[in-house]
Amino acid sequence: MARKLLLENAHIEGIHTYDVYRKNGGYRSVEKALKTMSPEDVVEEVKKSGLRGRGGAGFPTGMKWSFIAKPEGVPRHLLCNADESEPGTFKDRYLMEKIPHLLIEGMILSSFALGANQSYIYIRGEYMYVLRILEKAIAEAYANGWLGKNILGSGFDLDLSVTPGAGAYICGEETALIESLEGKRGNPRMKPPFPAVKGLWQRPTVVNNVETIAAVVPIVNEGGDAYAQIGIGRSTGTKLISASGNINKPGVYEIEMNISVEEFIYSDTYCGGIKNGKKLKACVPGGSSVPILPHYLVCKTAAGQDRLMTYESLADGGFATGSMLGSGGFIVYDEDQCIVRNTWNFTRFYHHESCGQCSPCREGTGWMEKVLHRLEYGHGKMEDIDLLWDIQRKIEGNTICPLGDAAAWPVAAAIRHFREEFEWHVKEPKACMERNYGLVAEKTFEPATA
Amino acid sequence: METAENQIAFKEETLKEVGRITAQFPEGMQKSALIRVLHLAQAEFGWLSVPVMDYVARLLHLNPVEVYEVATFYSMYDTKPVGKVKLEVCRTGPCMIEGAERIVKYIEDKLGIKDGETTSDGVFTLKTVECLGACGYAPMLQAGEKYHEHLTEAKIDDLIEQYRANPVANYMGM
Repeated sequence: MARKLLLENAHIEGIHTYDVYRKNGGYRSVEKALKTMSPEDVVEEVKKSGLRGRGGAGFPTGMKWSFIAKPEGVPRHLLCNADESEPGTFKDRYLMEKIPHLLIEGMILSSFALGANQSYIYIRGEYMYVLRILEKAIAEAYANGWLGKNILGSGFDLDLSVTPGAGAYICGEETALIESLEGKRGNPRMKPPFPAVKGLWQRPTVVNNVETIAAVVPIVNEGGDAYAQIGIGRSTGTKLISASGNINKPGVYEIEMNISVEEFIYSDTYCGGIKNGKKLKACVPGGSSVPILPHYLVCKTAAGQDRLMTYESLADGGFATGSMLGSGGFIVYDEDQCIVRNTWNFTRFYHHESCGQCSPCREGTGWMEKVLHRLEYGHGKMEDIDLLWDIQRKIEGNTICPLGDAAAWPVAAAIRHFREEFEWHVKEPKACMERNYGLVAEKTFEPATA
Repeated sequence: METAENQIAFKEETLKEVGRITAQFPEGMQKSALIRVLHLAQAEFGWLSVPVMDYVARLLHLNPVEVYEVATFYSMYDTKPVGKVKLEVCRTGPCMIEGAERIVKYIEDKLGIKDGETTSDGVFTLKTVECLGACGYAPMLQAGEKYHEHLTEAKIDDLIEQYRANPVANYMGM
């Protein structure tokens, strides 16, 4: 039976309220940390746990924490990144909605570890109803002495509040998030200086994802070593996966990072197989930014090994034959789905969300969207495929922030693995339009699956 | 509706909320409250006209341009009038493969408006938006703060009927 560390109690009636949460062992970790541990001890446990950032990049959390500058007399800040906007990802929303006190508990521990006395949860504006759930939970935490001055008589003070964005994918990038929290446009900053040195209001700042911060709770409760025993290799602990697309059971699943992709897709514990008895065509395992995998590389690596739900195994083969765990936004495509249409759709997203600072991203995403649109709508030429390849190559690595890469990778992977489908769009424009289930010109085509 | 500049002012309780929000940030960092205060302004005044943005600037001691540049950057802000109920349909990847395009077309036909337009009675605005983080419950739309998921044509009929009878704006206010 798979262990759950974050969502174990998520099903309990009323768990979003303080009383029920506390009765089920909530805030134990804060008692332990504030009464028996130093901030350095907490950092040490997180380092031992092997916890890696759950927002997408997978950077070791303990190491990130150890970079924070500690100049005398300058306040430090912890920011929780709840800007969850990567298409395919909806796990943080689930966690915050169901079990908001878990995030608050993790914020207290992490703020203590970093010596931050004023921390913020930055949540995407569309999740306003979740913000209200969090604010209610924060008020309960204050009322019960878990926030505010001199928590549990430890001398540690912490103020926590939650603040919304207003619709901008880019604000999930940590320096854009900081800009936004300062009340500005979400334009990413040049690094260095890194936020750990100069972040919010030019003060040392750490930005961590919701799930990362929540994971600190079981790490402190059970110890970093116990946490590190779950999973395989450098993929320790559990991971929340948001499963969507053509599967029988979409939703949020907490997995131990040792199960196979095949089990995840086909087992009734998780996705329950492909919907309508269709065949698997492709999978985007880590949110829209990561390379799409064709069916023959989803459950097996190019070397013929079982592909596992881990950082390393999903990346096995590099971008040539692998992908990334990313944010855990796991999107499954059945045999009827059109890769060109999907790539166009994702590219339109990146074009819409580009902040406009860097020319390669601002212009390139728009060009790619246009080229993909004409391919999809039957006006493409063979040279368009190479043109697309050329544009994405010139975006990747040439921008201030990773949005450029995120826009380039899905296009590159789609061409790499599905070039024939692109060519078919050029050769058979009529047939490909008829196959599409969307709206083409003024005519409505029924979904192929209907 | 255009409101004369001198008439623009938050209600008493909204001003209190502005005070609560600004108090969350250290002295001198009140600009951080801007994004949330703009949500409040949009909820109270319907959309962010220049006089409304100027009012917010005065309230937070900012230059008007600091408010304009933010209001025009983020996609949730309306710098043009909109209907009382915005139907924001997610159109990105997972929602698309679950039929978001069909849903948009259905709403367009039903309300007689296109994406981005408002019905002549001023009740509904239809807008397609990018991923709202509900991919597992697709297709979906957001109306005010509420997420409506697993949409079907019948569900949309009900929704539209409900909102037409009671066009509660409920846009990200208090």
